[in-house]
Amino acid sequence: MSTKHSRNAEKFLKDKEQVRWHDQTLWMVRAKRDNMSRQLPEWERLRDMACAIKMYSNSHLDLLLQEFEKNAQANGAHVYWAKDADEYCSIVYNILRAHSVKHFIKSKSMLAEECGLNEFLEEKGVEVVESDLGERILQLMHKKPSHIVMPAIHIKKEEIGELFVKEMGTEPGNNDQTYLTHAARKNLRRKFIEAEAAMTGANFAVASTGECVVCTNEGNADMGTSQPKIQITAFGMEKIVPDRESLGVFTRLLARSGTGQPITTYTSHYRKPRTGGELHIIIVDNGRSRILADKEHVKTLNCLRCGACMNTCPVYRRSGGYSYTYFIPGPIGINLGMLKAPLHYFDNVSACSLCYSCQNVCPAKVDLADQIYRWRQKLDGLSVASSSKKVMSGGMKALMEHPHLFNLALRNASVVNGLPQWMVYNGLNDWGKEHDMPQFAKESFNEMWKKNKIK
Amino acid sequence: MYENQNRNETMKVGLFIPCYINAVYPQVGVASYKLLKSLGVDVDYPLDQTCCGQPMANAGFENEAHGLAKRFDRLFGQYDYVVGPSASCVVFVRDHYGNLLAEESHRCATEEKIYDICEFVHDVLKPASLRASFPHKVSIQNSCHGVRLMHLSSPSELNVPYYNKLRNLLSLVEGIEVVEPERPDECCGFGGMFAVEEHAVSGQMGRDKVQRHIDTGAEYIAGADSSCLMHQNGIISRNNLPIKTIHVVEILASGL
Repeated sequence: MSTKHSRNAEKFLKDKEQVRWHDQTLWMVRAKRDNMSRQLPEWERLRDMACAIKMYSNSHLDLLLQEFEKNAQANGAHVYWAKDADEYCSIVYNILRAHSVKHFIKSKSMLAEECGLNEFLEEKGVEVVESDLGERILQLMHKKPSHIVMPAIHIKKEEIGELFVKEMGTEPGNNDQTYLTHAARKNLRRKFIEAEAAMTGANFAVASTGECVVCTNEGNADMGTSQPKIQITAFGMEKIVPDRESLGVFTRLLARSGTGQPITTYTSHYRKPRTGGELHIIIVDNGRSRILADKEHVKTLNCLRCGACMNTCPVYRRSGGYSYTYFIPGPIGINLGMLKAPLHYFDNVSACSLCYSCQNVCPAKVDLADQIYRWRQKLDGLSVASSSKKVMSGGMKALMEHPHLFNLALRNASVVNGLPQWMVYNGLNDWGKEHDMPQFAKESFNEMWKKNKIK
Repeated sequence: MYENQNRNETMKVGLFIPCYINAVYPQVGVASYKLLKSLGVDVDYPLDQTCCGQPMANAGFENEAHGLAKRFDRLFGQYDYVVGPSASCVVFVRDHYGNLLAEESHRCATEEKIYDICEFVHDVLKPASLRASFPHKVSIQNSCHGVRLMHLSSPSELNVPYYNKLRNLLSLVEGIEVVEPERPDECCGFGGMFAVEEHAVSGQMGRDKVQRHIDTGAEYIAGADSSCLMHQNGIISRNNLPIKTIHVVEILASGL
């Protein structure tokens, strides 16, 4: 009885020190989030409002997206609609090709990860540079993010030190964070200057003004877009919010939930192209309208990609981002993976003890645990349910539906206690790998009751 | 001694003893019965009860819980209240039976009148005092379903005033010292078949949880869910750790 997730997790858990560090670091972010949320008496009302605004926006996408398009065009932006990842990648490439762009700088975008943009462009000969420090480190290491907000959280500073010696000519053995950050900044400066086009994702798109809002801590989105003439901004269509009043609800929740800061260091509103420049905005569907039609899972479209559900998830903290098979890990990733392709990503559904903490931290009240419970009910229908779990469950059902069998089992259960260890803890018994078996009572409650012993 | 005693006698309570408590922790069932009786409640134990169906449903086989839900509803339909010593099983009945029995011609009779015993004593019986004495330091096991689905205490994630019904009840016990661990409601890693399918993560969660209970200096981990306690007990026994587990109801009934 195992899944790809459980096997990967078992490997991750072998390095006890790394696990402890990973768990404590992410728990610290959760604790900072708790602290921030408690400073706002209206916190729970804000979450209710965020959920209500998202439910409204996602059920009025037709109106809001067209309003956005009209306003963005009036601001002088070009607006494109991409139905899937291929269209999105091609639109970006065509813009770059039309302007003979060879150097392209990008701030962090989970949409670009989702659509495989970097690989697509590199195949076509465009140099793509990630400007978010974590993403840059991973790009140079040829690795993928393990968290959506802190993508390189799993990398130790010693590894970064070694990487920078090779890539940036830093002093060997000097792993001081400030030193390494300065080296990265100097290295990126050149990339910012030589880029002919810059790209950002968007945390929010405001329908009433046609502006895109990008939240970063490093200012890298602004550095990127300040120099080249061409700016591209792309967002999944659920990023739309009706107006600036509703935007305020989300900017108050986002950083508090995600990193435990009152607000991200930079909250940039991109509205118009720079003088003499061009602003291209791509609105992407890529499966979102399908989710919209799925009542049981529609709330995944409320997600702000803040990462709070990962930080609080006791399983994620102890298994790491790479233990999941979808590119977004944690509770939201389990659900988004299933919505993307259940037969590919069902292995992640086991990664949940149904503790419901994710549901309580989510700033937009995505019913994450309820959805995982629902996915579990569907695995058998998809023919991917664990066969041993099915056998156990079926066996329990048979036993429990027949009280005389159950009572017989109760009478004989304590016999198990007397079995030698090697019979109880065999290779099939995964419980025995971590625990001792519970000791059955000599007399069950049932028997005691029947013998009138309970008074 | 009990101001509500007379009123309680008119209540007919069906005692729900979850399957694993029946087999492994019958003393929790005995304590439940004694506690309810001592508070003047008319308690009955309908024979032939087995399991509520939660283990199958959480593993993804809700359909296999359907027949059990029907049995359960039939067995307990006649009582004013259904009370059981397991927050998780009780909340499964409360939250899922309506849906599981949606196709039946009658409404599910139990989902609205089922209570966890701690919840029932705290919210319905409301005793002003208890006869119990337990001169020990206990660390509360705030279980996930007890906290986040049954609202036995304020979840650590929400910005709501602190409350804890288990602490309130335990504070009626003479000589007891009640503490809560750091990360007071982080999951202990049981999760039904999760503990087997994801045994490595579950085991790590369990060891971390038990250690946090030990760090409080408590002699006992006290909770309203024997399933969390069973999991932690297996961890304690395997690793020879210096702490014991006990159901809250055993403490509340300790003088009876």
